[in-house]
Amino acid sequence: MIEQMTTHQTKKEGYTALVIGVSAGGLAALELFLPQLPKLFSLAIIVLQHRGQNSVKSIEDNDEDFLVDYFKARCTMPVLEATMGDKIKTGHIYIAPVQYHLLIEQQQTFSFSLEPPVNYARPSIDVLFESASHCYKNQLIGLILTGASSDGSQGLKMIKLNGGLTIVQEPSTAEASFMPTAAIASHKVDYILPLKDISTFLINFTLKDQGDD
Amino acid sequence: MSEKLTEESLLITKGRFSNVVNKIELEDFEINLLLQAVLFRYGYDFHHYARASITRRINNCMRKTGLSNISEMIAKILHDVDFFELFLKEMSVTVTEMFRDPEVFNTLRQQVFTQLKTYSRVNIWHAGCATGEEVYSVAIMLKEEGLLSRCQIYATDFNNHSLTIAEKAIYPAEKMAEFTHNYILSGGKASFADYYQAKHQHAKMHSSLKEHITFANHNLMKDQSFAKMHLIICRNVLIYFDQVLQNQVLKVFQQSLLHRGYLLLGDKESLDFSDQSKNFLCIAKKQKIYQKINYD
Ligand SMILES: C[S@@+](CC[C@H](N)C(=O)[O-])C[C@H]1O[C@@H](n2cnc3c(N)ncnc32)[C@H](O)[C@@H]1O
Repeated sequence: MIEQMTTHQTKKEGYTALVIGVSAGGLAALELFLPQLPKLFSLAIIVLQHRGQNSVKSIEDNDEDFLVDYFKARCTMPVLEATMGDKIKTGHIYIAPVQYHLLIEQQQTFSFSLEPPVNYARPSIDVLFESASHCYKNQLIGLILTGASSDGSQGLKMIKLNGGLTIVQEPSTAEASFMPTAAIASHKVDYILPLKDISTFLINFTLKDQGDD
Repeated sequence: MSEKLTEESLLITKGRFSNVVNKIELEDFEINLLLQAVLFRYGYDFHHYARASITRRINNCMRKTGLSNISEMIAKILHDVDFFELFLKEMSVTVTEMFRDPEVFNTLRQQVFTQLKTYSRVNIWHAGCATGEEVYSVAIMLKEEGLLSRCQIYATDFNNHSLTIAEKAIYPAEKMAEFTHNYILSGGKASFADYYQAKHQHAKMHSSLKEHITFANHNLMKDQSFAKMHLIICRNVLIYFDQVLQNQVLKVFQQSLLHRGYLLLGDKESLDFSDQSKNFLCIAKKQKIYQKINYD
């Protein structure tokens, strides 16, 4: 049998990006783990936190830069808002702004869309994860944290299908268990971890991943 | 890590035609063929649209029309003109509202309209106007500033279906509460209810607003400049284009603008990475208002 290797079978280079989807209870959860990551963390991190009433503008949304400033003040990794055309760099944390769907293009840049909300959310985690999976394929890690929505399940499953790694916060440790539970039901996720262990896991995992070439 | 690609993501054929194809790659291949078919048959070049979001819309269109794969869509595109109309409609994201981002309209009123008052005739090009909500918002503000009577507004889009709705100026009455809220936040000087007539579930915008608006089909992918403008409004359209098409469109805008003419972009758009940044001065960074500075 002739096994033709197709171009997609990227040779092992390790993981390059981590996408995080989080909804209700997200600020506290993110605060527990993003600041733990070292300055030279080897992945690009893209965080999508549902805010306000998702698609509808609400009071909190008026201060659009709030999350960026909040984590800038707490993280050792550089924190930026995702902007159109921005080349996604490893070692940086990008925060999805409100009101628009955030997508990742083949060239590892951000793009936006005003399509209607998906799973009542804009930005939607599914939209981000699906495009991220398309771009990074088996070099992507997807993480679903606390939330009271089913957004993200389909996207996480897609990451798994395309050879990426999937992690879900153990629902009992989540302020809102619905979203992690839905994600776990969508496919066989690789790791289900208590919130407090996630940063250590990621640090060890990425170190190991880079080590064994 | 390649062995981690799961079976479900691959199309595996055994025996004589043995090959392994990743489903993502197959889809990319089909989309390339589809875009080529669209270009060949109708002259619309979607190759320079942001790929991730157009991929989403193509897949949505496929599901909506009951097709089971993109290759089926290619046949439809090539042989069925009506299907292409529908395809075009699906490729355009028409979501819009009145006075979206009220503070932008407030700034426009204060920083740009005050300058426009110095001209006896004012041309405004509203590119990618979708179903018209934004055009009427601007017309209302111009009216309140006593400018509307000397304005010619060209409102264009490449989606004929949207343009028809824009021309009718009839919107769901249930949206009026939100629009009114935005209107007030944007510094509206009168009562928003004076600008429309509600009947049953519908609200019809006042016909006096329309007198100075011309709706027309204009395709930013290929159509050129058609008049000299004092102000160009193009919000949430460039986000769908790649850098190449963005630059091309911005060049058309630059050529269309009079010296010191204004350009208003959407919240996520900017001239920062474009070829045109040197030809414009940013006069309101957050509100994305630019002014043309160089002669050409
Ligand atoms: C999201 S809407 C923007 C509506 C409005 N400007 C706003 O911001 O609320 C995007 C519009 O761009 C239009 N558009 C996309 N590609 C275009 C093209 N090549 N030429 C003209 N209009 C285009 C779409 O048809 C759609 O109506």
